[in-house]
Amino acid sequence: MKLDPEARYTEHHEWGRLVDDEVVCGITDHAQETLSDVVYVELPMVGDVFDAGEPYGVVESVKAASDLYTPVGGEITAVNEELESAPELVNQDPYGDGWMIRIEPSDPDELAELMTAAEYESFVGEEEG
Amino acid sequence: MPYIPHSDTDRKAMLERIGVGSVADLFQDVPERVRFPNLDLPAALSEMGARWELESLAEANLTAGEASCFLGAGAYHHFVPAVVDALVSRGEFYSSYTPYQAEVSQGTLQSIFEYQTMICELTGMDVSNASHYDGATSTAEAVITAINVHRMRRKKAVISRFVHPEYREVIRAYTQGLDMTILDTAGEPEDIRGALDEETACLIVQYPDFLGRIEDLSPLAAAAEAVGALFVVVADPTALGLLRPPGEFGADLVTGEGQGLGLGLNFGGPYLGFFAARQKYVRKIAGRLVGQTVDTNGERGFVMTLTTREQHIRRERAISNICTNQGLMALAATVYMAALGKCGLRTVAELCYHKAHYAAAQIDGLDGFSVVRDKPFFKEFVVRCPMPVAEINEQLLRGYVIIGGYDLGEEYPELEDHMLLCVTEMNPRQEIDLLVSALKEVTS
Amino acid sequence: MSRPLIFEISRPGRCAASLPDLDVPRTELPEELLRDDLALPEVSEGDLVRHYTHLSQMNYGVDTGFYPLGSCTMKHNPKINEAMARLPGFTNLHPYQDQETVQGALFLMHTLQAFLEEIGGFATVSLQPAAGAQGELAGVLMMRAYHQERGDTARNVMFVPDSAHGTNPASTSMSGMEVVEIPSNQHGGVDLDALTAACQQHHERLVGMMLTNPNTLGLFERQVEEICAVVHEHGGLMYGDGANLNPLLGIARPGDLGFDVLHYNLHKTFSTPHGGGGPGSGPVGASPALADFLPGPIVKVDPDRSEEDLPFYALWMPTHTIGRVKTFYGHFGVFVKAYTYIRMLGPEGLRRVGEYAVLNANYLKELLKGTYPLPHDRVCMHEFVLAGPPKDVQEADVRTMDVAKRLMDYGFHPPTVYFPLIVDEALMIEPTETENKETLEAFAEAMLQIVAEARDDPDILHDAPLQAPVRRLDEVRAARDLILRWQPEENEA
Repeated sequence: MKLDPEARYTEHHEWGRLVDDEVVCGITDHAQETLSDVVYVELPMVGDVFDAGEPYGVVESVKAASDLYTPVGGEITAVNEELESAPELVNQDPYGDGWMIRIEPSDPDELAELMTAAEYESFVGEEEG
Repeated sequence: MPYIPHSDTDRKAMLERIGVGSVADLFQDVPERVRFPNLDLPAALSEMGARWELESLAEANLTAGEASCFLGAGAYHHFVPAVVDALVSRGEFYSSYTPYQAEVSQGTLQSIFEYQTMICELTGMDVSNASHYDGATSTAEAVITAINVHRMRRKKAVISRFVHPEYREVIRAYTQGLDMTILDTAGEPEDIRGALDEETACLIVQYPDFLGRIEDLSPLAAAAEAVGALFVVVADPTALGLLRPPGEFGADLVTGEGQGLGLGLNFGGPYLGFFAARQKYVRKIAGRLVGQTVDTNGERGFVMTLTTREQHIRRERAISNICTNQGLMALAATVYMAALGKCGLRTVAELCYHKAHYAAAQIDGLDGFSVVRDKPFFKEFVVRCPMPVAEINEQLLRGYVIIGGYDLGEEYPELEDHMLLCVTEMNPRQEIDLLVSALKEVTS
Repeated sequence: MSRPLIFEISRPGRCAASLPDLDVPRTELPEELLRDDLALPEVSEGDLVRHYTHLSQMNYGVDTGFYPLGSCTMKHNPKINEAMARLPGFTNLHPYQDQETVQGALFLMHTLQAFLEEIGGFATVSLQPAAGAQGELAGVLMMRAYHQERGDTARNVMFVPDSAHGTNPASTSMSGMEVVEIPSNQHGGVDLDALTAACQQHHERLVGMMLTNPNTLGLFERQVEEICAVVHEHGGLMYGDGANLNPLLGIARPGDLGFDVLHYNLHKTFSTPHGGGGPGSGPVGASPALADFLPGPIVKVDPDRSEEDLPFYALWMPTHTIGRVKTFYGHFGVFVKAYTYIRMLGPEGLRRVGEYAVLNANYLKELLKGTYPLPHDRVCMHEFVLAGPPKDVQEADVRTMDVAKRLMDYGFHPPTVYFPLIVDEALMIEPTETENKETLEAFAEAMLQIVAEARDDPDILHDAPLQAPVRRLDEVRAARDLILRWQPEENEA
């Protein structure tokens, strides 16, 4: 399982990373592996506002559809439009080109309350054990 | 017992392997109180006996073939070439299940892919699903699609009152738990435009409408678009052999009853609900979709796709609970459309059009009758009668073995004593002339 | 090997139909409303017949071979049913004809209603729903309407076991209600303690519970009477999913067990063909309390129009009906087949169906359980669920899907796979009563041989099927690069 040491993690297997006062979000390497080949990602509109932990979209493989939940609350400032034509980016590079949304956080401290990479790693270990 | 193959020897050997003494022992889990009820049903018949009984029931009906049929109103007496039943009667087709295992279901899958293509062509739309139960449920699914496209933020559907009355009832039944507003009191285009607002998820009109009338739908399409509502057209596929497809008018969804495409009347079912959409709604529509792909050798093949929309994966978050389509009916329609082809379907539509207009002109000339001609019509038209429709129909049936038109008075109070007549390629000129003379006689 | 599409064998000017000449004067066409072109195929009748005959040969049906698809009851489709449904006296009736001219058809419907009432133990049956899922939607809407009619409008929670078919929660959502999932116990039945706790928690809001019995593991719900009792005690109603009714024919009536409403699947239990995914037929039966809410119309004897010894059959809307769930009266053509089946079997024959469906399933289970893991080893009803291939084979990365695909090479249709969701790598097997002992043994032999192959060379299974019309198909590509219709340009390029 790959991890991004800079990112913070949720129990829904999402990550968020602070970039220029905004939070970039996506799903973890563990999540993309469980889903297998991603065939579609449904993303929100720029300008939509969500609370932390609210469903903002859906990621689909051939066999499953999973809701996507915001790691932090705030306004959507960008969505990854590449995913529309190339959903496989989520499998290939979940922490990079496979990012999903950017959020302008309503509470800048919210991100720090989430799991660190090490905490998430042991969380996944416990979940599987 | 022709369908259960076990001999006594088989049964004994099987019970022994299972380790129980008798078949009845397999049902110990069933509460004794209710176990092995005596069913009060008639004793079994031989195949010959069953045939006699069913044949006598069939003979107790008057068929549209024995009579002269001028009844339409959502179910149509069209010609079905023999090749349709010959092909859908192949056991490999009809005794198979939903094509979950694609490698041994390519026959069903490819024929659905062909069906989807033909429906797109006929309606002028980008995508078609593999079908719904009938025209009404297909239209109800369109309402649900529309509220999903609007993410449940709009829950009002504006429906022309000249959409088939039973379709409107089915939409009400389907959406009764969803806290929706169904507005179906407006009929004329200007009234319909007035009913549209920013809460409206969709506008539904019928083409030709329930009274058989046709018109350019572009203004209504524009009006729906102006408020951000989906424009849904319920279409008669036979009419589309001749008329501009709803896609050209700007329809977002096209639904309708496919019964006229080779299915016969069958006393109301099974029929075929077709459903076509613009590309951008493909992930919001319900029902099966078949897509093209390749196998591990790179050969073309077909699979069910976008199944994550469906109930067996999404469960309570599925777009619809539908799990079957009308597989065999869709196959029949595919064979029918291929048999008639590019020219044949147009010929059928033209025969309907000219015969209906001939009949209308003749009836219009009768004393006491007049044809309502406020708009062009296709194969059905409204006739004002000099006496109650029920009485006329009764006399047509008894005196002339004619199945008369649909009595409009019950659904449309302003159309009391108005009859909706339907003429198709199945009505030769003699039948039309007989109808005209019979109408003259029963009212004189 | 793939076949050309019908569009690819089309040539301009061909036509398989022969239509009559116009025998009335022409009327001017409305030019502004005419379409330009209609790109349907152009083929001769001979080409058309060969094309679809070839396609049919790429399909597997019950007529082709053993089809042990769990939960689908792929029994033999008797040929007399097909012949009777094609009698012109049934196929050529308009649904709005004067009821006096269709008394034979209405009698058949009335009698079929009565047969199903007797078989299921219900007061009234409506034949209208088009399929099982629609029967379910109707049943759920009836339960909602029942509470609403009593002014009990706060009720909006439906209990659904975690082993249920996906249509159960989907029908509940479509009816605007909330799903609460009830866990299974270690015996594969409903966890009665969890159910009781849920009843207490949702007491005021409980609409009822949807239960499949036998459940999707093929096990009879031993506590069914207790389950019905606790739901009823909290004001809820019991919905029976009749998908698995086949093993109860003549064995037990759901109405007697405590269910208030149930849908029947004529295309499973009553031998009408599945048609490659429809038409089905999903009549709904109701207890006296729910009968007035049934979808309609249904057929009744109209005393006003009846004469002595000559009842008049008429269409009638139940008093508090949830309305029409489709146009007209249901899938009449399917009713003819189910009616014929019930008349051919009679009460003894129906009981034998239930008995031999269960005998066959238990026999096949015995033949397989030593090799394939069986999570619930007890007497099953019409079907049983295995937990995929043996553990050592799974460790060599051979999965249920591989076994399924390899079965095709042995000439069998695979069982249902990966359902129910509560069993990992599920293989759900339903042989039905119409299969003989030799077929069951040949299938078991193939299943055991496949495990031996997997131990020897797992790649044989990974590459399967080798003998089917096509090899394994790329579903990911189909979903990523959607091609949902044929396009002339692409194919010419």
